[in-house]
Amino acid sequence: MDSIKIEEVQKYIDEFANQPVYVHLETTNGAYASHFNANAYNVGAYIRNAHLTYKQGKIVEHDDSYRVGLKHDIGWIYAEGLTDFEVTDTGQLLIAGHDREGRLMVTLEISTEPFSY
Amino acid sequence: MNYSDHKHVVVLYPHPDDESFGAAGTVTKFREAGVPVTYLCGTLGEMGRNMGSPFFANRETLPDIRKKELQDACEVLDMNLEMLGYRDKTMEFESRDEMAERFKKYIEDLGATLVITFYPGYAVHPDHNAMGAAAFEAVKRIDQEKRPTLWATAFSNNHRDNLGKPNVVVDLIDSFDKKLNAIKSHRSQAEGMLSQLLANSESDNEYEAALERFRYEGFYEVDVDQVNY
Ligand SMILES: [Zn+2]
Repeated sequence: MDSIKIEEVQKYIDEFANQPVYVHLETTNGAYASHFNANAYNVGAYIRNAHLTYKQGKIVEHDDSYRVGLKHDIGWIYAEGLTDFEVTDTGQLLIAGHDREGRLMVTLEISTEPFSY
Repeated sequence: MNYSDHKHVVVLYPHPDDESFGAAGTVTKFREAGVPVTYLCGTLGEMGRNMGSPFFANRETLPDIRKKELQDACEVLDMNLEMLGYRDKTMEFESRDEMAERFKKYIEDLGATLVITFYPGYAVHPDHNAMGAAAFEAVKRIDQEKRPTLWATAFSNNHRDNLGKPNVVVDLIDSFDKKLNAIKSHRSQAEGMLSQLLANSESDNEYEAALERFRYEGFYEVDVDQVNY
């Protein structure tokens, strides 16, 4: 993955608009957060292969990281803390936020084909 | 205990790397005694978080990377590998009954005399606890006279208070190479951890630092009829 280039990511977000797409949306602080720190909480959520069509999407910069919002007919897809992106050989758009050690904290992925499951 | 007394050892853990951190030295002892060992690995650790710095993986490439690491580690340890195809973080939502039946069949077909798994409730990660519980159940469903011995790994912060000391402890002082090599096969999981161990250690030698941390493998020998899980 490379650091987000806002114009490039915006271009891909626009390309996926107005057609049925599969979305992977995830946030996590790991399964061991409260094991290593009694004051921490384990929180995380993911949806793999949500199938929807969004009509507009936008990426916004804020203090060295990015937020993305995708608007669909009956709601929104939202992610913040994004830092890196990649377009795979099969045309999947992967956007993720990592901490300093390269650990994934959040990811939003868009594809016209289902992600492997 | 004489390692060569066993006919076949079956290890049931959910993630690539659990076998290396939890039981690699013990597996080595059994292999040196000529006892076959089979690892039934539940998932491919698909939801792991370490993508490297610089990145060597992303959410979509991680499963294949970890699969390769798992195969490499099993080659280092000279043990058979079966990948069971569950998905990381979802095992607690699978049917325990179906998993137990499946595990029981493996245990019986392989002629296992020893089963190694996680101690349900004392293994921190929900997959560890779920797979341990299904493995306990599998052993329980085998007729008492044919039942394999059961060893369980526990490492939650409360495990000593509730379970006491492990009653099987394997000292790896003279056979640590294989364990370290197995751990290092899991580059995506071990790299950061090993450099951190080194940084926190008095030693400036990776082998010494890792030995300090991983010298002993402890297990609780469990009578499934005597425990709730
Ligand atoms: Zn694990």
